[in-house]
Amino acid sequence: MTDDSVPWRYRVRHVTRYDYDGEVAHSHQMLRLMPRFMPHQTTLHHEVRISPEPAYSVEGEDALGNPITRLQIDRPHDSLIVDARMEVEVRARPPRPAAESLPWEAVVESLRYAAQPIDLLELEVRRYRGESPYVRIKQDFNAFAQECFEPGRPVLETAEALMNLIHSQFTYAPGETEISTPLMEVLHNRRGVCQDYAHVMIACLRSRGLAARYVSGYLRTLPRDGEPEEELVGADASHAWVAVHAPPYGWVALDPTNNLRVGRDHVTLAWGRDFGDVSPLRGVILGVGEHTLTVNVSVQPLPTPA
Amino acid sequence: MAGYAVDAGRYDELLTADGSLRSHWQPLVSRLLGNGSAATRRDVDLARRLIVENGVTYNVYADPQGRDRPWVLDPLPLLVSGSEWRQIEAGVLQRAELLNALLADLYGPQQLIADGSIPSELVFGHPNYLWPCRGTRPLQGTWLHLYAVDLARGPDGRWWILGDRTQSPSGPGYALENRQIVSRVYPEAAKDLGVRPIGGFFAGLRANLLATATATDQALAVVLTPGPFNETYFEHAYLARHLGLPLVEGHDLTVRGDTVYLKTLAGLRRVHAILRRLDDDYCDPVELRADSALGVPGLLGAVRAGRVVVANALGSGVLESAALLGFLPGVAQRMLGESLLLPSVATWWCGEQPALDYVVEHLDTLVVKGVYPNQHFDAVFGRDLDTAARQALVRRLRARPNAYVAQERVQFSQAPAWRGSAPQLNARSVGIRVYAIATAGGYRVLPGGMARIASDAAIDVVSTQRGGGSKDIWVLPGISGSEDDAGDSVPVDLGVRRDELPSSLVENLFWLGRYAERCEDKTRLLRATFAVRAEPGIWKPTLAACRAMGLLEDERDPVQSLFDASHPLGLAADLTRLAWAASHSRSRLSLEHWRSLTVLQRQFNEAEADERGDPREALDHLLLGLAAFAGFTLDDMTQDDGWRLLMLGRQLERLQFLSGLLAQRLGSGRKVPRAELDWLLDVGGSTITYRTRHMAQPQLAPTVQLLVFDESNPRALAFHWRGVRRTLERLSESLGGGVEDSLSASIRQLQNIELHQLDGSLAARASLAEALQGLESAAAQLCDRLGMRHFSHVGLDVRTVAA
Repeated sequence: MTDDSVPWRYRVRHVTRYDYDGEVAHSHQMLRLMPRFMPHQTTLHHEVRISPEPAYSVEGEDALGNPITRLQIDRPHDSLIVDARMEVEVRARPPRPAAESLPWEAVVESLRYAAQPIDLLELEVRRYRGESPYVRIKQDFNAFAQECFEPGRPVLETAEALMNLIHSQFTYAPGETEISTPLMEVLHNRRGVCQDYAHVMIACLRSRGLAARYVSGYLRTLPRDGEPEEELVGADASHAWVAVHAPPYGWVALDPTNNLRVGRDHVTLAWGRDFGDVSPLRGVILGVGEHTLTVNVSVQPLPTPA
Repeated sequence: MAGYAVDAGRYDELLTADGSLRSHWQPLVSRLLGNGSAATRRDVDLARRLIVENGVTYNVYADPQGRDRPWVLDPLPLLVSGSEWRQIEAGVLQRAELLNALLADLYGPQQLIADGSIPSELVFGHPNYLWPCRGTRPLQGTWLHLYAVDLARGPDGRWWILGDRTQSPSGPGYALENRQIVSRVYPEAAKDLGVRPIGGFFAGLRANLLATATATDQALAVVLTPGPFNETYFEHAYLARHLGLPLVEGHDLTVRGDTVYLKTLAGLRRVHAILRRLDDDYCDPVELRADSALGVPGLLGAVRAGRVVVANALGSGVLESAALLGFLPGVAQRMLGESLLLPSVATWWCGEQPALDYVVEHLDTLVVKGVYPNQHFDAVFGRDLDTAARQALVRRLRARPNAYVAQERVQFSQAPAWRGSAPQLNARSVGIRVYAIATAGGYRVLPGGMARIASDAAIDVVSTQRGGGSKDIWVLPGISGSEDDAGDSVPVDLGVRRDELPSSLVENLFWLGRYAERCEDKTRLLRATFAVRAEPGIWKPTLAACRAMGLLEDERDPVQSLFDASHPLGLAADLTRLAWAASHSRSRLSLEHWRSLTVLQRQFNEAEADERGDPREALDHLLLGLAAFAGFTLDDMTQDDGWRLLMLGRQLERLQFLSGLLAQRLGSGRKVPRAELDWLLDVGGSTITYRTRHMAQPQLAPTVQLLVFDESNPRALAFHWRGVRRTLERLSESLGGGVEDSLSASIRQLQNIELHQLDGSLAARASLAEALQGLESAAAQLCDRLGMRHFSHVGLDVRTVAA
C-alpha cells in the first residue's frame, strides 16, 4: 500500500512542433499549457519557450477560469516550437465513498430550473450540463448507459459503473479517430482514444441531466521507484478524463480510459465543456502548403521531498 | 375594392368591422381609386421594373450564374397612424434597452440566472452563447447597435411581438430600397400625406459606429460580409454603398497585436468599427468556431482590448430564442422596474413541468418550435398532426423538454395588396419588422420598416424564404406633428477612398480584367478557326494550334470540346471564372455591367443546348457580349487605382496571348502561308485595318508591323505595352514605389528586328519568335510581381490548427 499522505512530484515536458511545407506569414496561437490551480495541486515551476519569438504575447484567464496565453508571430517562419516545462506537486484527494453520494435522480432534480435563486457554485455546475460543440445529447447515449442508471443508485456509484462500462466495451485504438470524428460514430464503433472515452462518458451523463466536464492534463509515464509496475494508457501524449458533479462531494474526477479515479498519477491542466474549450495549443496560421505535427510529452516522477 | 372583404376572424388594416374605410387610409385610397385601373397597372409595373433595374435580389440558394430571385415588393404601402406608431415605438425602444442590458448580464455577472429570472438551460446550452465572449465589455456598453423585432397584429387590434433579431438583423437595406421605389411610384402621395422620412436613421447608424473612434478624423468603419453566396448579399453591398463604407470579407482584415486593420492597396489601415453581416460564431477562428474560414483571426482579442466596435457585439445571437419570450416580463420588472409595453405571443418553455403539461394538453392550438438553432427542428402546428405524429411529438417533448418551446398560433391581421394582371386589391396576411439603432442619446426607432405579406390569401406564415412579398411601411404624422426626424438624406455614394480599397477587391478586379480579356482572346481565336473549317489546308494547322494552346482537347470533337466547362483550359471554363471574378467585384459593377455578363452567359448556354447550331454564331454573339462588357468597364466604372489594376490585367493578358500566339506561328522556321496570315489578322482583330492600309493580300512583314508595332492599332502589342507603362506610372504616382520596368528589355529586343528581312531570313523569323516569347514570359512575371506587391497575403489559406 502506498502512503496517501505523501505528495508526489513530477517534471513534465510537453513539446509541440509544427513543420510547415511552405512559409507561414502570420500565426495566432492560444496556449493552455499552465496547470490550473487546485487545492490538491501546486505548480512549483513553469515556463514555455517559443520559437520563433512571438511579436505579441499576453497571459490571462479564459472564461472558464483556465490560465491561457495568447500569442502572435508576425514574420515568415517554416516551423513553430512550443516547449512547455513544469514541475508540479500532486497530493491525494480526500476519500469519497461512492455509496454515500446522493441518488442520481435527486441530483438531476436539483439541477433543474425551478425559478429559484441559486448560489455561485450551483451556477458554475450548470455550465457543464448542456450540449457543447463536441458533446451531443441523444437518446442513444441513454440507451447505451441504461444498465448503470438503476433507480436510486448513488450518483458516484452510477458514474463509476458507467466508467467501468465504457472501459470494458471500448477498445483503445490510437490513430483510428480524430477530433472531428462524430461522437455518434465513436459510440457506434466503440473504438477511440482518451478524448473519445471522455466525450462518450460526458454525453451519457449529460443526456441524463447530470453535469460533467472535460479535463485535460498528463499522466505519469514511468513507474515510481519501488512501486509495482502498472501500465497506464495514454501517457505518451496529453491525456483527458472526466469530472462528474457528485453531491455532497462536488466534482469527482474519473479516468474512463484507465477505469480509475483520478489521483496522484494525474496532473491537471485545464477543464471545460469538451475538448474544444481546453485544447493545449490552438491557432490559426496564414500560409500555404501542408504541415506536420510532432508532439512529445514526458512525465517524469521526481523524488518526494523529505 | 370589389374583391376585398373583411375576414371576421382577423383584424383588417384597411376596413373596420362594419366594412367602412379606416380614417387614416382615406386620403390614399381615394387618390388611388380615383386614378383608375390603367394607372394602377402602370404603378405596379413601374415598381416591378425599378426592382429589376436596381438589381434588388434575394438569393434563395445563391448561385453566381444569376439565378438570384428578384425581391418582391407590393407598391401599396402599409399605413400606420401616428398615434398607433407612438405605441409601437415606445415598446420597441424599451425592448431594445432591455435586451441590451440582458446581454450585458449574461456575458457578465449572470445575476439573472443566479436569481432564477432566466433558466440556465436557455443560455449555457445554447450554441450561440459564446463562452469566450464572457467578460468582454463592448465600448460604451452597447451590445446591440442594430436591433429588429417582428410584430403581428392580433384579432383584438393589439400588436404582439413574435420574435427578436439580435444577431445581425437583415432587412434595413431592403426597407430603404422599398422606400425609394415606392416614393417614385407614388411621389405626390408620400409628400401630401406627410409620411415620415427614414433616411436620417442610417446616417445615425454610421455616426454611432464611428463615435467610439478616438481619432475621429481618420476613423474607419467597414461592412463585413460572408461574401456573394450569402442570401442577402445584395443588401450587404447596398448598405455598404449607402453608408459609404467599404464592403469587406474576413480575409481583408487582419489583427496585429490587439488592433484590427484593413489590408488596402496602400497598406494596412486601422479599422475602428465593423458592421457585421456574418454570424458571430464565425467571426474568429482562433477563439470561436475553428472551422470558419470566413472570420478574422484574433478579432475577439481586439474586442476584449476595447480596440474595435463590432456591431452587433459578438455573442448577441443568444437572444434569438423563442423560449426567452416568456421570461422577459420578469426580467423587465427585475432590471427596469417596468412592465413590457408590447406583449409577446404567449409562450411556454417545456423545461418547466407545468408548461410541459399544458403544451401536451393543448397541442391543437399551439405551434411547437426548437429552442436551439442546431436542433434542425422545423416549427410544427399541432392541429396538422395525426394521432401517430402527435404521440411521437409528445414522446420527443418528454424525452428532452428543455429543447422545446410552444407558442400560441397568431391570427395575423390582413392588409390590401395589388394582385393580378389587372391589379385588384386582395387581402393578405401581414407582419411587420421594425428596426432600432443605438445612438449617443439612446435607442432610436426607424419610423417605418418592412412589412411582409404572405404569398397566398389563406397563408398565415410570412416569410421571404417561402416566397412572400414585402411592403413599405408609411408612418403618418401624429396630431402634434412634433416628430424629431432628421431630413431624408439623399443616398449619396460617398465613394471609397483610395486608401480604403481592400486589396482583395483590387485583386478580384485585376482578375476580372484578365478573365474578360482571356475570354475575348480565346473567342476570337476559336471564331477565326471555326471560320476556316471548310478549307482543310488551313483548318488542320489552325485546329492544331488551338489544341496546342489547350483551348480544345486532342482527339475530341472540337464543338463538344468548345462547350465543355470541365475542360480547365477551355473557353467555357474561363467564362465561369469570369463570372466568379465579377460576383466578387459586384459592389463595383453597375447594374447594366452585371447584366451584360448574365446575358452573354445565358446565350452561350443556350447555344450549347442547340445541337444543330453553328458554333461560329455562338462565338459571334459571345464576342459582342464581351465587347459590351468591356465597354461598361470604360464607361461605367470609377477610374481609381482598382480600375487601373483591372485595365492592367487586361493589357497584360493581351500581351501574353498575342505574343505567345505569334511566337508559336512564326517560330517553326517555315514560311507562313497566306491563308494563315489571314487567320492571324482575324484572330488579332485587325483584318479591316490591314485591308484599309494595304489593299492587298496579306504579307508577313506588314502583318507583323500591324499586329506588333503599330501604336495606332488598338489591338497591337505596342499599343498595349504603352498602356501598361502609362498605367504603372499612374499607380506609382498614387501609391508610391517605383515603376516596374520588366517589359522593356523584351520590347527593345523586338524593336531591333529588321522587319524587311523577315520574308527572306529564317534567322530573322527565329529571333522575332524568341523576342515575342521573351515578351510573353516578361508579361507573366509582371503579373506575379504585381500580385506580390499589391495583394500579398490575400491568396494565402487561413487554416486552424490544434494539438
